Amino acid sequence: MTKTTQHNARGGTPPPAIALSGISKTFGAVRANDDIALTVTPGHIHGIVGENGAGKSTLVSILYGFYQADSGDIAINGQKVQIKSTADAIKLGIGMVHQHFMLVPTFTVLENIILGHEHRKGGKSLDDEIALARQELSNLAQQYGLEVDFDALVADLSVGLQQRVEILKTLYRGANILILDEPTGVLTPQETDQLFEILATLRQQGVTVLLITHKLREIMAITDDVSVMRGGKMVAHLTTAKTSPEELAELMVGRQVLINADFHDAEKGEVCLVADNITLTGDGGIPLLRGISFDLRAGEILGVAGVSGNGQTELLEVLSGITPPTSGEINIGGQVIGAHQPATPNDVKNLGLAHVPEDRHAMGMVLPFSAAESAVLGYERQAALGDSIWFGPDLLQNHCAELMQDYDIRPADPALKCNLFSGGNQQKLVLAREMSAAPKILLVGQPTRGVDIGAIEFIYQRLIAMRDQGCAILLVSVELDEILTLSDRVMVMNNGASMGIVDKKDADAQSIGLMMAGVV
Amino acid sequence: MSSTLPRWIDVGVMPLLNILAAFIVSGIIIAMIGENPFTALGVMLKGAFVYKGALGYTLFYTTNFIFTGLAVAVAFHATLFNIGGEGQAMMGGLGIGLLVLALDAVLPAFLLILLAIPVSALMGAAWGAVPGYLQAKRGSHVVITTIMFNFIASSIMVWLLAGTLMQPGQMAPETRDFAEGVGLLKFHEIAAMLGIKVARSPLNLSFVIALAAAFGVWVLIWRTRLGYVIRATGHSEKAAIYAGHSPQRIIIITMAISGGLAGMMALNEILGVQHKLILDFTSGFGFTGIAVALMGRNHPVGIIFASLLFGALYQGGAELDFEFKTITREMVLMIQGLIILFSGALVYMFNPMVERLYHRVFTPQKGTA
Repeated sequence: MTKTTQHNARGGTPPPAIALSGISKTFGAVRANDDIALTVTPGHIHGIVGENGAGKSTLVSILYGFYQADSGDIAINGQKVQIKSTADAIKLGIGMVHQHFMLVPTFTVLENIILGHEHRKGGKSLDDEIALARQELSNLAQQYGLEVDFDALVADLSVGLQQRVEILKTLYRGANILILDEPTGVLTPQETDQLFEILATLRQQGVTVLLITHKLREIMAITDDVSVMRGGKMVAHLTTAKTSPEELAELMVGRQVLINADFHDAEKGEVCLVADNITLTGDGGIPLLRGISFDLRAGEILGVAGVSGNGQTELLEVLSGITPPTSGEINIGGQVIGAHQPATPNDVKNLGLAHVPEDRHAMGMVLPFSAAESAVLGYERQAALGDSIWFGPDLLQNHCAELMQDYDIRPADPALKCNLFSGGNQQKLVLAREMSAAPKILLVGQPTRGVDIGAIEFIYQRLIAMRDQGCAILLVSVELDEILTLSDRVMVMNNGASMGIVDKKDADAQSIGLMMAGVV
Repeated sequence: MSSTLPRWIDVGVMPLLNILAAFIVSGIIIAMIGENPFTALGVMLKGAFVYKGALGYTLFYTTNFIFTGLAVAVAFHATLFNIGGEGQAMMGGLGIGLLVLALDAVLPAFLLILLAIPVSALMGAAWGAVPGYLQAKRGSHVVITTIMFNFIASSIMVWLLAGTLMQPGQMAPETRDFAEGVGLLKFHEIAAMLGIKVARSPLNLSFVIALAAAFGVWVLIWRTRLGYVIRATGHSEKAAIYAGHSPQRIIIITMAISGGLAGMMALNEILGVQHKLILDFTSGFGFTGIAVALMGRNHPVGIIFASLLFGALYQGGAELDFEFKTITREMVLMIQGLIILFSGALVYMFNPMVERLYHRVFTPQKGTA
């Protein structure tokens, strides 16, 4: 099985396992990959970190032949190659383990592994083939420390073992370059540790590993080299031993042009919302929120900082009534919400809470709806829009036209479908809807994701104006500058837990960055 | 399937193109068996619209298609695929049958007819709501369960009509006739009352009820809060949850409305024409409703036009069978099948071609964001 890479380098260094240069890929108006260069040393574990949407997945999809780059070159083991399909990639010895496994649950492990390669061994029948494959696989499993029961049904295996089957599958197909896309997203901490042991063994055996993740702890724990992506660009190539989580966090989040937000201190009012030890456990017992506590006062903005995927999304869903917490309580103006006193998003809304969701495309609006229709999403029961049954289009249009004027939404056409507005105008529409309800508490998730600079400034001013009117605002953002610009206090989340709450005067990028990385 | 075509092409030109393709293929086949396709088309059109009473028959079948097409369309707005129109219509018929057979000795015909309308809808609604419940609460897909419910409904009908409900001393699997006067007025009867002589046809007041139902569906989907939530759920379940709605509840309600519309098809067949409960009165109208809804782009106006087309095919096809020795009943079924194939299964086949053509001819004013 062991291939050419390791022992033939008598003179000089071996060529890089992967060398990319000038890779660009555009989807519509989005530059997902912009002039990417990457060199991966053979036998190394090379990490690629970046926020969601930074272009990591696009890059590895190009490498694995799912997409073709618009421009740029790929060289594998020093040979310039064209990868037009996944079959090409497999031929070149590239294997990929996807975030979501590609296994047939009702097949056994062995059947899954030989699927698509049933004739490789030249056996006369499938039974022959399985017997031959079993021999080779048990050798492979021993060599790489990937023991798994070949006759077990995949459906009966834990997620960690299923991932092991995926890795074994790529090795059986002759991979010596292994791409793992967010491999730990679905794993428990113990399973993650086991995966890292396996990766270390693979490295020892000369396999090159490309690890895609947004979790800094994993990068620090297992990789030799790390490359950082942001907004479709490669922003840094570093040696893991010579970097720190803080530096990586800063590179990932990036420094933005400072936007004039006219922030000023303001009088804080009464406590409007108390979160007491909220926990949330996901499918398979994975903890998503670990004992989050805070209080939120009228007239303040509490920023929630953190690298994305550290529980911020879940926190917003719990607070807005979309997901009930597993334990803990939320007190909104005396009304208690908990695992045993669940509330619907509508109940929470009636308590004076409004929610600008992180994902405006799937949640904040209905893209095929007209702007007027999306402008009442969640408020369609309101009396002002008609009587108890009827839903007058004229009332909707007038309502939307007013919002469009107040919030400078362009084009100001209530009949236009939501997916024809720019990101900034879509976001303004959602903000307009939630803010015009005059809430006591406003939850805001990623208010400026995919929004142009002009709209960002407008949104900042509106948020501060809301605060000055006495609204309590919880602002979740992965843009650290945004948090530092707008927040009276900052809560930092890491791995589903709060790392502490810092006052504005004590909050700087350095200390927050450390907390985001889970160091303090 | 997001189309970049303007609405008038999507709604107007595309269905016509699909029908044209179906007719061309049908024409080739008719030519192959040695008949002149244009003569055949002429016969079919005359059979559907011109001959004495033909239009009445065409509109009678149209009525069935409007009900079942609307049923499919309502479910589709919540991204549910209701294949159970057949079963729901049977149950609607059973409801009418049980009501009338039980009470026609006691209640006046007028009152029974008024009661039969909601009863048919309620029975159909129940038969749609159960699969809706199973999908919402148990995750059993409505496509599977509605098909199964068709078989269950069919078995119940056979069991009852060959047993308890069968007319004593008869061999046919049908009930006794309803009492005199328990039936919807036919158009030729109404016309006669007004002193106009119109050819006899089974066309009855159900047609008016069907048109009213179409208007009702338009109001429901685009003018009520419930319709808004149904559409929001259909487009994005996440958005519906965010807005504080339970997708499960919406699924059950939508399936009930859908089933109710299909159930009302029985008004046309049982209360309009048969005046007794018979087996298999649904004869595939429930399934064809899927093609009708697809062709009508799930809009009530589109569905009325699509129903008219299928009604004309049904009636005109029978005429073809009658006039040509070589064109059999099966041949006509095949032509109908081709229409369903092109306007149902292959409904988007011409879209990429037309889209390319359109963008070449008209330069779009603004890029798609």
